[in-house]
Amino acid sequence: MYGRKVKLRFLFVVIILITLILTTFLILRSLEENVVFFQSPSEIKSLSEIDKSKIRVGGMVKKNSISISSNEVNFIITDFKNEINVTYSGAVPNLFAEGKGVVAEGFLKDRNFFSATKILAKHDENYMPPEVKEALGEK
Amino acid sequence: MFKLFEPNKIFKITSKAPKYVLFLFVVVLTVGLVEALVISPEDYKQSDAVRIMYVHVPAAWISLGIFSSITLLSICGFVFKNKNFFLISKSLAPSGFVFNIIALVTGSIWGKPTWGTWWAWDARITSMLILALFYAMYLIVWRIYDKEEKVYKISTFITILGIINVPIIKYSVDWWNTLHQPASINILSKSSIHSSMLYPLLIMTAAFALFSLLIFLMKYNTELIKIKNKGLDRL
Repeated sequence: MYGRKVKLRFLFVVIILITLILTTFLILRSLEENVVFFQSPSEIKSLSEIDKSKIRVGGMVKKNSISISSNEVNFIITDFKNEINVTYSGAVPNLFAEGKGVVAEGFLKDRNFFSATKILAKHDENYMPPEVKEALGEK
Repeated sequence: MFKLFEPNKIFKITSKAPKYVLFLFVVVLTVGLVEALVISPEDYKQSDAVRIMYVHVPAAWISLGIFSSITLLSICGFVFKNKNFFLISKSLAPSGFVFNIIALVTGSIWGKPTWGTWWAWDARITSMLILALFYAMYLIVWRIYDKEEKVYKISTFITILGIINVPIIKYSVDWWNTLHQPASINILSKSSIHSSMLYPLLIMTAAFALFSLLIFLMKYNTELIKIKNKGLDRL
């Protein structure tokens, strides 16, 4: 149907694609730790050793866990399996709230205490008008 | 089947269609903007910041769609030695690049009030930046080489390299922990976006697609004119 050259060129493209996909897959696999933007409290708990470098912890802000004292905000990040206490001093983003997603950047004191230098609010994939949210809340 | 793509046959279409497409684009964009900025409700959590999404998401979709099309066309052009496929790719690329930049910029503007940062080296955002770089490479290649054969080969290779990144962009939010939220719109399962927000989003997507079509037709028309006046390289 098609000439030999056409088939060879097609084969060439296919081989390039397969090679690239495999290479990329292997690279991403080995870099997994650096590709993730944050770690969950459970992953922090299972760390073999605590290193002093800057990391990010993410999860939900536990309900009724935010306490604000003079110039410090304390709260708990949870992934519903494990928790980690976070202390932070500074301004928090508008969307930072209990029961919402959060990513804290900073340093681990130990497996349960984290001292944040920056707080990012994580938005979830739900979009709806306030009335709908209220209706859902009433259910 | 390639007879259908004979340049002189479609020259008539490409020289006349733009004005109709422009008209349609203006109408759809107006409807889309009114829907997105006035009629659609504010979000329960992020209030009016949600309106940025009506530009951000369609722009990202279109830029991904165009890059995929460019790759497919370039590979077809390379395999079947068809010059016309390369010209279509070349004409599609600029609007894809522009929408890619729009997606990055609007994402950044949205990120500041919601996340609390302009930029994060998050998998989704970084892979989108990489896509922009591939677009830039692709566009530059067309300008630096004079030999057509060379441009065709190098540009195809760039698209093949870049296409690996496209599924990474799409699934980055599912594979890894990212700051960027996962997809709200799923074809197979229920979408987590309310219908009053989904419609403006779809209308804006249609408007952006029409804009890409318009730019494509104009660019492609120029390419066809260049073929007609052989020897004239720059218009």
